[in-house]
Amino acid sequence: MTLVDINSLRFLAEPLDRKEYGGKPSTLCKGCGHNSIASQIIAVAYELGINPNQLIKLSGIGCSSKSPAYFLNRSHGFNTLHGRMPSVATGAIIANHHLLAVGVSGDGDTGSIGLGQFKHIIRRNVPMVYIIENNGVYGLTKGQFSATADKGQQLKYAGLNDLPPIDLCLEALAGDATFVARSFAGAPRQVQSLLKAAFSHNGIAVLDIISPCVAFNDHESSTKSYTYGKNHQVPLQDITYIPVEDEIMIDEEGYDSAGEQTVDLHSGARIVLKKLDESAHDPTDRAAAMRLLEEARNVPPTENPRLITGLIYIDSNRPTLVDALHIGHEMPLAHLPESKLRPPKEVLDAFVSKLMV
Amino acid sequence: MVQGVEALPREAADGSGSLINDFQLIVATINGTGSQTSNTAIIRSLFKMGIPVNGKNIFPSNIQGLPTWFTIRVSKDGYIARLEDNAILVAMNPNTAVQDAQELAPGGICLYDEVFTTDQRYRSFGFVENRPDITYFPMPIDQIVTSAEVPKELVDRVRNMAYVGILAYLIDIDLEAVEYALHFHFGGKERAIRPNMQVITTAHDWAAEHYASPCPYKVVPMQETSGKFLLDGNSAAALGAAFGGLSLLAWYPITPSTSLADAAKDYLEEFRIDRETGKPTFAIIQAEDELAAIGMVIGAGWAGARAMTATSGPGISLMTEFTGLAYFAEIPAVIWDVQRMGPSTGLPTRVSQGDVMAAHFLGHGDSRHPVLFPSSLKECFEFGWKAFDLAEELQTPVFVLTDLDLGMNLWMTEPFDYPDQPMKRGKILTADDLEALKGDWGRYRDVDGDGVGYRTLPGTEHWSAAYFTRGTGHDENANYSERADHWTRNLDRLARKFNTARRLVPAPLVEHKPGASIGLIAYGTSDAAIAEARDQLSRAGLTTGYLRIRALPFNDAVPDFIGQFDSVYVIENNYDGQMAKLILMEYPRLADRIKSLSKCDGWPLTAHWIANAVEEQEEKK
Repeated sequence: MTLVDINSLRFLAEPLDRKEYGGKPSTLCKGCGHNSIASQIIAVAYELGINPNQLIKLSGIGCSSKSPAYFLNRSHGFNTLHGRMPSVATGAIIANHHLLAVGVSGDGDTGSIGLGQFKHIIRRNVPMVYIIENNGVYGLTKGQFSATADKGQQLKYAGLNDLPPIDLCLEALAGDATFVARSFAGAPRQVQSLLKAAFSHNGIAVLDIISPCVAFNDHESSTKSYTYGKNHQVPLQDITYIPVEDEIMIDEEGYDSAGEQTVDLHSGARIVLKKLDESAHDPTDRAAAMRLLEEARNVPPTENPRLITGLIYIDSNRPTLVDALHIGHEMPLAHLPESKLRPPKEVLDAFVSKLMV
Repeated sequence: MVQGVEALPREAADGSGSLINDFQLIVATINGTGSQTSNTAIIRSLFKMGIPVNGKNIFPSNIQGLPTWFTIRVSKDGYIARLEDNAILVAMNPNTAVQDAQELAPGGICLYDEVFTTDQRYRSFGFVENRPDITYFPMPIDQIVTSAEVPKELVDRVRNMAYVGILAYLIDIDLEAVEYALHFHFGGKERAIRPNMQVITTAHDWAAEHYASPCPYKVVPMQETSGKFLLDGNSAAALGAAFGGLSLLAWYPITPSTSLADAAKDYLEEFRIDRETGKPTFAIIQAEDELAAIGMVIGAGWAGARAMTATSGPGISLMTEFTGLAYFAEIPAVIWDVQRMGPSTGLPTRVSQGDVMAAHFLGHGDSRHPVLFPSSLKECFEFGWKAFDLAEELQTPVFVLTDLDLGMNLWMTEPFDYPDQPMKRGKILTADDLEALKGDWGRYRDVDGDGVGYRTLPGTEHWSAAYFTRGTGHDENANYSERADHWTRNLDRLARKFNTARRLVPAPLVEHKPGASIGLIAYGTSDAAIAEARDQLSRAGLTTGYLRIRALPFNDAVPDFIGQFDSVYVIENNYDGQMAKLILMEYPRLADRIKSLSKCDGWPLTAHWIANAVEEQEEKK
């Protein structure tokens, strides 16, 4: 089966009614960044006309991981174990590579207990959208620091954090991720553009979305707060998603004279990146992407680190796990009939006779 | 000189067995010196001669340098359990030679590398011919290898073939059978066979010319192995899985299960390439750890593919949380546990049946998993495919507990039986089913009263197909719930499902004997030792009935069997008598009849130990 066929399974010619993409009422705190992200997922699923029957939503454990219940009721969901959503997603995608998979994790789930599985799902380039709802704090257990918390930060419950934060986008880049983006729950338009691009990417698409925790970590000094995000966000580009059917004229690598760069996505869709300042970042340059993030976080103590958002890196060519396993054929493993799963008796007899004295 | 067995009914001096086709030999070498090929050649040639054999590799957790032993039992009566006494020693390891010779049975023979006594460099090891009751045969290994004129670069690799040739001469192993064994081992590659055979024949001829003392232990051809072949349990299990539709194998290396995954790779690549598309109908992932391995298995099982992992005790403990989740989320998974001793660097290359309770209850309370116990290669194959049917029918993790002895050693077997039933994929609702139900279904409803609900697979094209999977806290329709009545109803249904499992898992096998006064219960690899022990007990006047447990949960055959005897001995290879305790838990009213006989020392159980332990208990009465 060609990719076009997989896309026609995953995306409907006509989207369902918008309410068909909704979820259960959220039980998260009012104002939680995660609720905003769930809303963007619903909006994007509707706008892309995603077939909810062909989408699976998976999560680990934590506030973030509760959120798959709050979008796409008509998709199969799996709330797995703390930090171990990646392995379950890997197994599910191997079983049925036609499925469009979206994983929702948090900074505790991905950055601490699940860091190993995070690195390995990236290394395998498992085709899925991997969202990290990053708020720097453990919510469900009432306010411990996570591994992405700011160094020197003081919290009422947890005291002083004297360890440097793990930058999950840098970790993703170091692990050869094929799509790395960062966004901010307070910037819904950018979240939507990046989600659309991620759903059209064939490979692991890591979206690290700063998603403020209004209960424990939304004070002004926190880099994971709404205020900080609004004041210090540095968007890399203005992103426009162009669906498959819309023809566009620009087709060159790098920015053209108008300051626009077009990136082809695997589904046939494209994104047009419009540069916002003179020193535009080329998201196909991995070394530049790492330098960008390093420079953003390594600022003198007197300065605030910049919250770089946008598409940081994309590589549409690296083979996925499905390619590497040679299972990308028409019928997913989960659909194979007995005739393909159990060799005939003659095969067993021949095997045995070779071993006989 | 070939004579029939009947013509030579001689008994060993110590009465432990006859001298013809009825003894055990042990080869002591240094790990990493390539002795495996030599030892396999010996066992295969004996098998080719029609003599029942079993080989056991006793090896350290090491790549190179530590002591390793290989025992081969030949038994005209077809007994294939380990013997405690060795009649023949091939001492190739100077580090252990003194003790190896010390442990040799009275009247035994000792072949040793001549340098142990002739070369100054070996003097410190202190090996001397100091036991008057055994016969020594020094072997000039280096001299033989030199005169065999094999290419220099091959000398190290073929050196151990010298003891094969000498042993062949001493106990009358047919050289044609040896050549056949090498042919088999090297897949017919003449370039590999020739230098090995050169060393063997040179050694054989040298021994014929120089040894004056006769060897009392001999092998003579029989007809007891035709229609059989030799294989290890891990390979049989992997083959069974390949015929069971294994679609995702996710695993992490751990002795003694690694060779199961290796064999699965070979068989899947050989037998499971789609003839039409030329593409694999399977995937194999070497995961980053056991946690990820079982996570992938559960993800694939949830999405509808047949997935399994292979591991050992330490891996099982790492899989605890996922197994608990899969139990309550009700996701099929197959977990092979090739049991070994202890955690970490305990006795990782030694055998035990120590994971019975851990596997059965793995999780976070109130979870009990089906566990299968293959005893033979045929059952490794059978449970290899059957475990998938059970996992999908019951929508739950299914364990298969084998062990290092069955998994990694060579056993004789009759041909495997091709699966006698089509695959059972369990209760799955398709889009058409959902349409017929008008979407009125619930993932955890007990529609059929057997405790097993209906599931849909992701990708099912119907508006009502989706449900949300989570561990604890759901109602019958898979909605989040913390209500006490929802949860207790769920536990009641899971208890019904456990009872359904009782009739689906392989039933115990019972061997009645007229006049039996006591019962024996065992499971897994110890079956071979039990068979032999029962004969020994019978000769001592104790007739026994035997029930072999093939799976948990138990069915009524277990209490029925126990009810027939005043004393039933539960025999197993762990310290705590885990199976005996499980039986006591389930059937407390039978407690006064149940006696636990357990042992755990890193070695497979022997008939001698079993018979003695039973007799000792019976004498106390």
